[in-house]
Amino acid sequence: MLADSLFFSAILFAIGVVGVLTRRNAIIIFMCVELMLNAVNLTFVAFAQVYGYAGQVFVVFVMTVAAAEAAVGLAIIISIFRHRHTVNLTDINLLKG
Amino acid sequence: MIAVQPVTPFIQRYFAWIPVGDLRIDAAFQLDQLSMVVVLVITGVGALIHLFSVGYMRDDPGYPRYFAYLNLFVFFMLVLVLGANLPVTFVGWEGVGLCSYLLIGFWFSDRANADAGKKAFIANRVGDFGFMVAMFLLFANVGTLQYTELASIAPTALAVGGPLVTTVCLFLLLGCTGKSAQIPLYVWLPDAMAGPTPVSALIHAATMVTAGVYLVVRTSMLFSIAPAASLTVCVIGAVTALFAATIGLKQWDIKKVLAYSTISQLGFMFVAVGAGAYVAGIFHLVTHAFFKALLFLGAGSVIYVMHAAYHETHSHEDAQDMRNMGGLRSAMPVTWVLMWIATLAIAGIPLFAGFFSKDEILGTVFARAQGSTLSDASWLGIPGGALLYAVYGICLVAAFLTAVYMTRLMLYTFHGPNRTGDAERPHLHEAPAVMTLPLVVLGVLSAVGGFLNDPSFLPIVPSDMLGRWLEPVVGAATLRMTRGIVAEADPRMSAILAAVASAVALAGMLVAVVRLKPAALRPAREPGPAETGIERVLAHKYYVDELYDRVIITPTVVLSRNVLWRGLDGLIDGLVNLVARAWRWVGDAGSAMQTGETGTYAWVLVIGVVIVLGTVVLRA
Repeated sequence: MLADSLFFSAILFAIGVVGVLTRRNAIIIFMCVELMLNAVNLTFVAFAQVYGYAGQVFVVFVMTVAAAEAAVGLAIIISIFRHRHTVNLTDINLLKG
Repeated sequence: MIAVQPVTPFIQRYFAWIPVGDLRIDAAFQLDQLSMVVVLVITGVGALIHLFSVGYMRDDPGYPRYFAYLNLFVFFMLVLVLGANLPVTFVGWEGVGLCSYLLIGFWFSDRANADAGKKAFIANRVGDFGFMVAMFLLFANVGTLQYTELASIAPTALAVGGPLVTTVCLFLLLGCTGKSAQIPLYVWLPDAMAGPTPVSALIHAATMVTAGVYLVVRTSMLFSIAPAASLTVCVIGAVTALFAATIGLKQWDIKKVLAYSTISQLGFMFVAVGAGAYVAGIFHLVTHAFFKALLFLGAGSVIYVMHAAYHETHSHEDAQDMRNMGGLRSAMPVTWVLMWIATLAIAGIPLFAGFFSKDEILGTVFARAQGSTLSDASWLGIPGGALLYAVYGICLVAAFLTAVYMTRLMLYTFHGPNRTGDAERPHLHEAPAVMTLPLVVLGVLSAVGGFLNDPSFLPIVPSDMLGRWLEPVVGAATLRMTRGIVAEADPRMSAILAAVASAVALAGMLVAVVRLKPAALRPAREPGPAETGIERVLAHKYYVDELYDRVIITPTVVLSRNVLWRGLDGLIDGLVNLVARAWRWVGDAGSAMQTGETGTYAWVLVIGVVIVLGTVVLRA
């Protein structure tokens, strides 16, 4: 049971990572990041069954932060879109050395 | 007054200036009979020249700056003379060098004046090197730099005539040749005439340039036990006296004549102090201060008047060239009379100041040629006695030439027809009273100053006053020179020597009067006949400046420019720039990593996490 849960969350996390690395649309990358967060949440819940409820508390924290991050992140993306009419990250590269 | 003078000097100690280990140098001043005499010359002649300057510099925009420098000079000169040890004297020594530089380059907007200042400063640096090495050697071997301690320790601590004391004295002499414009470092003094004329009178004739003579007398406790070094002083003085006098024969610039005359007279003083005639040296220092200051101030009046006349007519003729003068006697009678008094004094005509001092120098040199430590020593294989007779002969020739070039100066400036120009002639008149008053005072001093040290064969006033006054300071050193025998000069011999010297001076003046034709002289603007042979060599000052330029200055400049500047400096700059460039490469590499592509950052992040986690997991 624990091994299955961890395997599942690992796959979810890997999918999220691949999505962040390969996609260019900021919204999709954003969603992939959420996917990675939830994979971690799943790991916390799985381990909570063995090591006590502390892991579940962390899940609540992660969801809270993720909600806040989603609000801020979406606001930034909307703001960028208003200025540049694109959310393609390869076009957003002004800050460089 | 003379009977009750104290034997020990008055020393005022202020604080420990440089207390380091064994070295203990106080900021202290020493007033004794010697420094008193020189202080009086500095302040007395200095005051007269300040007064003269009020008139001479009246219309100059740099008037306040001028007096600030001049007073700074007097301050440093007093520090030099009153210093109780060599380092304090050295402070004054450097200070007067600085003021000399500032005042030579007083009109610095003219490139030549600024260059003349630099030349003086650099030539003096060479001499200062000698002064410093002498101080280091003295401290390392004797352990003190204070004059009173040196006087008591040195004669026993140092071997008489030994290599150490000779070396110390020769290095001191190098310092003195720089400051007192002797061969080989005299070249700066003629160029120093670029400064205002009162400066030439005060600094480059009456006071600063005599500092070298003063220093030799101050350190007479060392020179008197180094006969070889003393003979060197003598020889350098004699050669300089003759050398400068010959150059003075063919100069046209009135100040240049006086400059070479100063070098020549300083040579006489060096002969005196070298021969152990310390009193005669200081005596000539004093009388020379009187008549040379008078000559320079007189020349200053002439230049002032000439300049004013040319200014009236907007002419650009040279106001210092004697070919443009002539016949100024009628326009400037006061200056004329006073300049003649100074000329008679410097030429050594009997009863004028220079006669007494120059005669005493010549007489002492003659006397030292037998039965003194000098006559028994040898110099480069030449026996000292023969050398001193040769020095005496050279000095006689130099005295003869002195009379010639001074008479020439007077004839060309004040006698014969006027060559200033028809438009300028009505504007020639006597200088203002503020300028002639100091001349009158100096004229009186030049006429009677010699009686300070009246010789015993000419009993007009109490004889040998200056000698007895200086006895506590230089008596021991003089006695050491004469092997403890109190030299009671044979009056008959002295009288004969004085007669010879006077005859030589009179002959010189006579030759000048007979041979020179002021009437045949053309103004400077009309080219005269080209000089040939020896005359040309003299007019070009023996090409010494050209020689120094070729042998020393040009190689130094080439070396500095190509090796030190382009080579060494380039190397150091290259290394510094290399370091800077290396860090720039590091920075460029760092900034290249920041691409602005979020995807790249994500990749780097993931790879980094994989590496770190992988390492942790595999280690465990």
